[in-house]
Amino acid sequence: MKLNERSLAFYATCDAPVDNAGFLYKHGGRAGSHRRWYVLRGNMLFYFEDEASREPLGVIMLEGCTVELVDARQDFAFAVRFAGVRSRPYVLAADSQAALEGWVKALSRASFHYLRLVVRELEQQLAAMREGSPTSALITSLTSNPSLAPNLRPKENGRAVWSALPEQPATAPKRPPLPPRRRASTPNGPSALSFARLHDHYGQEVQALRSQWHGVSCQPSGSGGTQAQP
Amino acid sequence: MRYNEKELRALSRQPAEMAAEMGMRGPKKGSGERGSRPCLAQPLGALLLERCRVVPEEPGGFSISFLEDPERKYRFECCSQEQCKEWIEALRQASYEYMRRSLIFYRNEIKKMTGKDPLEQFGISEEARFKLNSLPRNGRTACIGSQLDTLD
Repeated sequence: MKLNERSLAFYATCDAPVDNAGFLYKHGGRAGSHRRWYVLRGNMLFYFEDEASREPLGVIMLEGCTVELVDARQDFAFAVRFAGVRSRPYVLAADSQAALEGWVKALSRASFHYLRLVVRELEQQLAAMREGSPTSALITSLTSNPSLAPNLRPKENGRAVWSALPEQPATAPKRPPLPPRRRASTPNGPSALSFARLHDHYGQEVQALRSQWHGVSCQPSGSGGTQAQP
Repeated sequence: MRYNEKELRALSRQPAEMAAEMGMRGPKKGSGERGSRPCLAQPLGALLLERCRVVPEEPGGFSISFLEDPERKYRFECCSQEQCKEWIEALRQASYEYMRRSLIFYRNEIKKMTGKDPLEQFGISEEARFKLNSLPRNGRTACIGSQLDTLD
């Protein structure tokens, strides 16, 4: 399969900031292990003979992979595994616990897919903020995409698994923004506290919000959008 | 350069962002017309889309060229202006660098509005790759949308 290798090599060595770099030992199976200089840029992990090399020896594209700790003959080892492809995982080892953690975190979040998920979340948050209150926007987006929450998955068989794969489909259903927080005594609320009047008063607010929501989310195919009058 | 071809092939079989049959001409002289068909079991090739420039080309197509050699162009023929516009838009937003800049842009906008860093909730607020000064020093890439120019 053809690849624009020259551009790839240029991207590997250009002066754009690098996302992670360092020496790692690569387990080559029968060939033993080699110490190489690894450079993470975007969703690509390049490897060089050493730090000063001008051309990469190779690259590992990191879409659709998971990163796990492994018990290898070497300490600080981890594996980059691709789902659904019958290939061996790439087993790499760092020099220290700190380096290991840095690499595992960086690689498990390196995919374009992950980045795009985050961007979409922020886009939604910003849009919701421009419509309603900031707190409601944050609550809405967190509940609609928990796969981005910073909790590590529980250990499986003594190994912690960081996955680059999202746990939910990328498009979460849009929810209406939460109504603004109520204070104990509403400034414009009814002064008499009979339940029936409170019920009516808040019922009207709910109606207004609902028609606002329907007016915004259902875009008519004709000219112009409809803005419902509360 | 070695690369994980098997995984790249597998990636090409995933649901596509966009797919179409287009006439393509590579940058080498005399390489002639070649079709790029989306339904083949084996992709003919792949183009890495970082540090590239996507521009319309007369009469009805576009080209992709790379910053290190702007004269080497991969040319594509579209069947309509509509298709051309769609592909140019999609390809410009397909790079990792474009996504990264978008993220930094939204992060800053939300920070300005709320005083809070929206990346904290995802546990990635300390990552160097999302810092403002992580953008390329040697000028902007041509693929960045105009809304992000306000960052520099």
